[in-house]
Amino acid sequence: MNNVFVYIEVEEQTIADVSLELLTKGRELATTLGVKLEAVVAGKNVKQLAPELAAYGADTVWVADDEIFAPFRTLPHTAVLVGLIEQQKPQIVLFGATPVGRDFAPRVSSALHSGLTADCTELVIGEHKDPKTGKEYTDLLYQIRPAFGGNIIATIVNPDHRPQMATVREGVMRKEPQATPAAGEVREIDWRPMVKDTDLAVRIVERHIEERKIDIKGASIIVAGGYGLGSKENFRLVHELADVLGAEVGASRAAVDAGFTEHERQIGQTGVTVRPKLYIACGISGQIQHTAGMDGSAMIVSINTDPAAPINKIADYAITGDVNEVIPKMIKYYKQNSK
Amino acid sequence: MEMEKITKIVVLAKQVPDTRNVGKDAMTPEGTVNRAALAAIFNPEDLNALEMALQMKDRIEGATVHILTMGPQRAADIIREAMFRGADGGYLLSGREFAGSDTLATSYALSCALRKIEPDIIVAGRQAIDGDTAQVGPQVAEKLGLPQITYAEQLISIDDKEITVKRRLERGTEVVVSSLPAVITVNSSAGECRPRNAKRIMKFKYALASSELAAATPEAQQFIAERPYLQIVEFAAADVDPDPTQLGLAGSPTKVKKIENVVFQAKEAKCYTAADADIESLMVELISSHTLG
Repeated sequence: MNNVFVYIEVEEQTIADVSLELLTKGRELATTLGVKLEAVVAGKNVKQLAPELAAYGADTVWVADDEIFAPFRTLPHTAVLVGLIEQQKPQIVLFGATPVGRDFAPRVSSALHSGLTADCTELVIGEHKDPKTGKEYTDLLYQIRPAFGGNIIATIVNPDHRPQMATVREGVMRKEPQATPAAGEVREIDWRPMVKDTDLAVRIVERHIEERKIDIKGASIIVAGGYGLGSKENFRLVHELADVLGAEVGASRAAVDAGFTEHERQIGQTGVTVRPKLYIACGISGQIQHTAGMDGSAMIVSINTDPAAPINKIADYAITGDVNEVIPKMIKYYKQNSK
Repeated sequence: MEMEKITKIVVLAKQVPDTRNVGKDAMTPEGTVNRAALAAIFNPEDLNALEMALQMKDRIEGATVHILTMGPQRAADIIREAMFRGADGGYLLSGREFAGSDTLATSYALSCALRKIEPDIIVAGRQAIDGDTAQVGPQVAEKLGLPQITYAEQLISIDDKEITVKRRLERGTEVVVSSLPAVITVNSSAGECRPRNAKRIMKFKYALASSELAAATPEAQQFIAERPYLQIVEFAAADVDPDPTQLGLAGSPTKVKKIENVVFQAKEAKCYTAADADIESLMVELISSHTLG
């Protein structure tokens, strides 16, 4: 009882990376609290995923196996999670901040009347004293997230409601199998009494899954363009440099909002989190909104006309100059000096 | 549709601080947002939601579109803005009781107002740019016991019983059918909102919420009293019969423990100019350290 739950997201028999990342973090939290880590998975033929979940530290794997759970639909998954949480009373429940997690975790939180913190970048166990009542709490989950367009970092707690719930974006936490797998004991959820007919109100009539064309998460070199490029035409330069270096193209939110490139390329708090070995930031000022998604890069090169741009504070190499002038030179001297 | 039946479409919208331009005084010492210090705009995805609602209205004879927003008096600005673009009117939910609400307390307050309005369809932007949580739409749906369709990108069809929508997935799209009433949240990838219409601006520019009206001149009050379409409905907390323990800061399970302004850890960057020699030496250094190539 009062264990740590991680909701496991599955698409076509594959566990989402974020779920394994959350198990890794959940294992750490459960060990700190001296409780068990329990994975919850609803889908079709998902029982077979238990060994993989055990490898990432799940002591228990709760399973609801039926075709009504695949593909994902909000209401049946909500009903199962709410039912199981009411029955098992975990103290913490973690979800991926994916379209699926962000769709139904709020609904679960509303049904249970307990708080949910979106897009956490850090989860830590700590104590808390209510500033008004002076009441003291131990072993609370600190849910740490950037807020307000990334201009502040807020630590959120849920002192009086359980479970404490949080979503975390993919790539923010590390994914690491345990040295020795946990038990991964499979337990069937008695879901039939939990799911009502009205939970089937939404029908999927067509589904079209696209191959992931753009893979900035897996790239070892990223050339990212910002608003400083000035236009969609100039953004071509970012692609040219990336092509020459064998890199993937990323972008800041400002560049995506301005229509310079596709949304899939957005890096930062509201985009993808990346940790390449080299990150070249072209005309990106370096608002926390952006740096939150790339400051784990092993090496950062920035190109900016403003030597005081915030990006230069985290850069290893800061080039002061116009990207439209600097990028062609980088291409030229790379070609001259490589091989 | 039956001719007598008026389909009521309500758009949940929020006036948000423009988080792209945030100053030092943006937060109060208690860790809540100091809205007075910031430029206020129509939350971008709520404009996409308004457009989808107007498309529903275009397809259903006699349907109406109203905005519901919770906020201070000045949030009536976004109701007027929506009226200039095609909405029929709006509701402003306003009061001290709502201050400091987290997403759950906000959803609860909105759901109380929606129980009064009794809409057939509720449309909202996926998320607001001041919090980026995307929680309010699904939580309102849960509080009202309605199905939800999130990340809607395109309205395919609608009648008095069902709605068919194309929604965006992480990779790909899905077409779903839901019974009505339902809550639909709309993505920025959906159609852009139609612009203001000059005739509508002329018609609705004097629309006022009750508290604004109380402060207006007697002539203006008279003018608006004769024109019900200029009256923006204003609900105080007591008007929507809430459980007071579920409102505002006290009704919010999540508490802000600590706020830190973001300060970068300075580290020494090697500085270069755009001169050829500088760029060449940088590229040579990156190649020789095997960072490149």
